[in-house]
Amino acid sequence: MYRLRYPKVSDQPPINVADYQEEVTMNKSVLFGAMTVAALAAGAAAAGTLDDVKARGKLNCGVTTGLAGFAAPDANGEWKGFDVAVCRAVAAAVLGDATAVEFVPTTGKTRFTALASGEIDMLARNTTWTLSRDVDLKFDFVGVNYYDGQGFMVPKELGVSSAKDLDGATVCIQTGTTTELNLADFFRANNISYEPVPIETNAEGTQQYLAGACDTYTTDASGLASTRATFENPGDHTLLPEIISKEPLGPLVRHGDNEWGDIVRWTLNALITAEELGVSSANVTEMTTSTTNPEIARLLGSEGTLGEMLGLDADWAKRAIETQGNYGEIFAKNIGEDTPIGLARGLNAQWTDGGLLYSPPFR
Amino acid sequence: MSDLHAHSVSFVRTETIPQSAPPMTASGPLRWGRENLFATPANGALTLVALFAIYLILSATVPWILNGVWNAGSLSECREILNGTKGACFAVLADRWDQLIFGYSYPADEYWRPTLAFILMLVAIAPVLFFDLPRKLLIVTALFPFVAFWLIWGGTIWTPIFALVGFVVGYFVYARFVTRSFAIGFFGGIAAALATWWVSGFIVPTLAPEEPFLSSVPSRDLGGYMLNMMLGVTCVSLSLPLGIALALGRQSSMPLIKYLCVIFIEFIRGVPLITLLFVASVMLSYFFPPERTVDLFIRVVIMITMFSSAYIAEVIRGGLAALPKGQFEAADSLGLDYAQAMRLIILPQALKISIPGIVNIAVGLFKDTTLVSVISMFDIIGMIRGPILASTDWAGLYWELFLFACAVFFVVCYGISQYSQWLERRLATDHR
Repeated sequence: MYRLRYPKVSDQPPINVADYQEEVTMNKSVLFGAMTVAALAAGAAAAGTLDDVKARGKLNCGVTTGLAGFAAPDANGEWKGFDVAVCRAVAAAVLGDATAVEFVPTTGKTRFTALASGEIDMLARNTTWTLSRDVDLKFDFVGVNYYDGQGFMVPKELGVSSAKDLDGATVCIQTGTTTELNLADFFRANNISYEPVPIETNAEGTQQYLAGACDTYTTDASGLASTRATFENPGDHTLLPEIISKEPLGPLVRHGDNEWGDIVRWTLNALITAEELGVSSANVTEMTTSTTNPEIARLLGSEGTLGEMLGLDADWAKRAIETQGNYGEIFAKNIGEDTPIGLARGLNAQWTDGGLLYSPPFR
Repeated sequence: MSDLHAHSVSFVRTETIPQSAPPMTASGPLRWGRENLFATPANGALTLVALFAIYLILSATVPWILNGVWNAGSLSECREILNGTKGACFAVLADRWDQLIFGYSYPADEYWRPTLAFILMLVAIAPVLFFDLPRKLLIVTALFPFVAFWLIWGGTIWTPIFALVGFVVGYFVYARFVTRSFAIGFFGGIAAALATWWVSGFIVPTLAPEEPFLSSVPSRDLGGYMLNMMLGVTCVSLSLPLGIALALGRQSSMPLIKYLCVIFIEFIRGVPLITLLFVASVMLSYFFPPERTVDLFIRVVIMITMFSSAYIAEVIRGGLAALPKGQFEAADSLGLDYAQAMRLIILPQALKISIPGIVNIAVGLFKDTTLVSVISMFDIIGMIRGPILASTDWAGLYWELFLFACAVFFVVCYGISQYSQWLERRLATDHR
């Protein structure tokens, strides 16, 4: 009989995207950089991204393949989320239609090549702004739409209100990541001790934490929040106020087309400024005509020529705010305290409220 | 004599004893159990341990499945309904059924199109699998790829029609010249088909209506289990002929062809499929301008086909090697040329030997189509890991979704394997 075992096609080890994503982007950066130069040399001669987008009638926006609150298609296949709103705002500003967006889902591995090769016009995929990505991979981060950082989650019954009270605690921590190094730094700086419980993936960490194998679980704060949202009793767990690392997440575009970069940057700034000035999706139409504040008038195009300078019409920012709401509305709708994600504004409050959001003036 | 005999014994039975059932312990389930489950003390102990293990597994899973919730809008609603009791939340399957099957962006009004294509596929595949069916059904099989393309992607009907015309023209050129030489016919046919397609590239846009009868659906909107099926069916049916060609090429006496095939096979077998997929999705986009890139679906089909054809080639080479040399010599002595000898004598036997291996590759290939989720295509696994687990409604559910994926893959893979066993029995000509 022919019962030989032939080599099976599926005999490769399973691959976990999340584990590899940081590593790959770093290791391949040189290669990508070199190839990007070639791609850019070819692309530089072509028309600007703005003209391409207008000619196409659609904005190609790179997003994640699914991250609760930040970007995911809902039951009707419609993309929703915090990053998605940025894409839609840009589409509203440039094309006058917030639905004229082609969402291109990207994984941690494909996101940078998709942008460098011109497959997408901008990437809004909770990507951390780092020097090597900005410089070596030849991208331009246009701003920060979410200040993330490493945080701690503890059960409420532990009665801990600050990470500095965690002396002697057992900590679930993903091995081989920057979070592990950040954790060691934080505990040494505060001269307290901890016992690490090494885990491999977020799912494993969740299991271990719920099973009581560790007192606290640490990873990016937004990740902790969305993990907590899936618990059977999320109210029994709390996130500690300390954030021990910097993870500024923001949209990015290719190097070399500064006009397009300006449009994305100032659309994001318009959303932030709108919140600062009290312009919201509800009152934007009324404000356009009745405002006495000159900056609001310039922002909404009833005064000055800011839109023209960007190569857009006067109503560009008004449309973005009208369709998506200001930064605060977007935050509250997708990841704010009333949503299952339940993130507090924290660092992402306006500078006037003690946060880090600070848009340059519209002048 | 009979008198004597009658007096020598006291009793003679004149009729046979009526047959009675064997004792309880020597028949039926009891006997089967004694012989198979409790033959020796060690055997009996193992049986008890196994029964206990089965009990443990079933006692954990059966109530979980039977207590499952089918009607809920989100995981938290599920938990409310379960109210602390253990139970599965199958409501996610009902809520996201369309997404699991068709992906998240295939237009909902058009679901009948892939469904119809699937039904047609069953009709088209039947005469290939079961050769007792009327041969005329093969016409459906020949037309199916073009119809399915039109149904699933939509757009102008002229594209598949001209693709079909190209094949027909190629075939007629081949049939016209093959009597002179196989090579002239073969390459002439390919050239004629390519020329037809090149010309049709200019004609189709002028014929295409503004509003096609079936609205056009881009490849990016394909997803769910439909995508797995499409990749699996396309790649298996393409890689089989390619694999045969590679296996024959590897045995060719022409060094150029031989080494081309050897290098191709050894290279492809030497790299993991996932790297080929990354090349398809990431690297190739550097070499094409953004507006003129080759469709991602086609790129992935090419890579998976290349991969599995290299494996199938090696399996068929094993089948060829198993044939006695006498078969080749017999074909030569009958005066058959290479193509005839292969078609009439060698391949029918070699392929028959290779069936289990080919089926093994086909099953593996079908399951490997889930790897495309890593390059951000939303097949069934991509849908589960991406949009569904990232939705605020269903985040935190794993067992129900992945069990469902297991089940749909098991149905198809088990079907393929049962078919191959039937085929082996059907084709058995030896005496065993």
